[in-house]
Amino acid sequence: MPHIALPPGLPGIRGAMAFRPETAHPLNDLAEVLLHEANSLTPAERELIATYVSYLNDCHFCQSVHGAIAAAHMGGDEELVRRVKADFAHAAISDKLKALLVIAGKVQRDGKLVTSEDVAQARAHGATDFEIHDTVLIAAAFCMYNRYVDGLGTVQPQDEALYRERGKITARDGYVNTSKAYLPATPAKN
Amino acid sequence: MAHIKLPEGMPGISGGFAFRPETAKPMRELAHVLLHEANSLSPGERELIATYVSSRNDCYFCQTSHGAAAACHLGGDDLVLRVKSDFESAPISPKLKALLSIAGKVQRGGKLVTTEDVGRARREGASDIEIHDTVLIAAAFCMYNRYVDGLGTWQPRDDGMYKQMGQHLAEHGYLTSSR
Repeated sequence: MPHIALPPGLPGIRGAMAFRPETAHPLNDLAEVLLHEANSLTPAERELIATYVSYLNDCHFCQSVHGAIAAAHMGGDEELVRRVKADFAHAAISDKLKALLVIAGKVQRDGKLVTSEDVAQARAHGATDFEIHDTVLIAAAFCMYNRYVDGLGTVQPQDEALYRERGKITARDGYVNTSKAYLPATPAKN
Repeated sequence: MAHIKLPEGMPGISGGFAFRPETAKPMRELAHVLLHEANSLSPGERELIATYVSSRNDCYFCQTSHGAAAACHLGGDDLVLRVKSDFESAPISPKLKALLSIAGKVQRGGKLVTTEDVGRARREGASDIEIHDTVLIAAAFCMYNRYVDGLGTWQPRDDGMYKQMGQHLAEHGYLTSSR
């Protein structure tokens, strides 16, 4: 049971977002830019970083839904998602993504653990400053989303099929569009 | 030295924000709603929660700038130091103590928050939205702190600069830059 009276029928972060639309809008906007908008890192690569960090933070809802979105971006390859979580160093992903996952794993524990060597390694495998920036921020942002989802005691279903369906929709439509189903329209700003 | 080529002379998170305005916008808006917009928790109380979490995450830039914003709202930095070192004995309300206890749990891991922690906050008068905002402020600073430290941003040891920044944040909020 959630710690506060969240709207029923909306699992994980969606219940929290429906409870407080004022914070939901920037939270969705940030996820949209980091994970869905055009970027030199593919959506699948970015969702794998989000999934890996959520796995390290042991957040069932976030690792399941972002794992499903990553799989949807990769033609349904759930096995690769599992390999990245369990042992990314031996998964069938690029050396660049491996180096970025090392940085993401450090950020998950503490930003100060990222070393010049970690960054040089990512650069040696072709990562740009922009990609290193986004990796750090995706990892940092999921340290927020995961704590938000777990800290409110949100409902986190165990049904994999539910995440699979949701993953396909979010992979296709993005975060802002899918949030319109449970949020009022963005308030006019400035 | 920063890990990537951030614009020169911009301390802490402002370097990351200037490097990537597309992500800066929602991050600024989130901080503005959580810390500055009207709320049944005062801006001073919310800045204390942000400062406390940043101090637990050992982020120099964030704990100093938000500590300065809290001090500006509360009229002095003595209370800020007491909250960081031992909030249970600080002269703050029992409700804020209960909320800081929740924030401290979220900082370590969201699953550590118990029904008893939430029950204590409610008994001291906290509403559901105050509990929600406490959880999200604590979670959000686990992001901001990692972002600032993970990029190796420039974090000057300059009390005057933080005081000025804290005053700008306290007066104008988070949508605009102080420099």
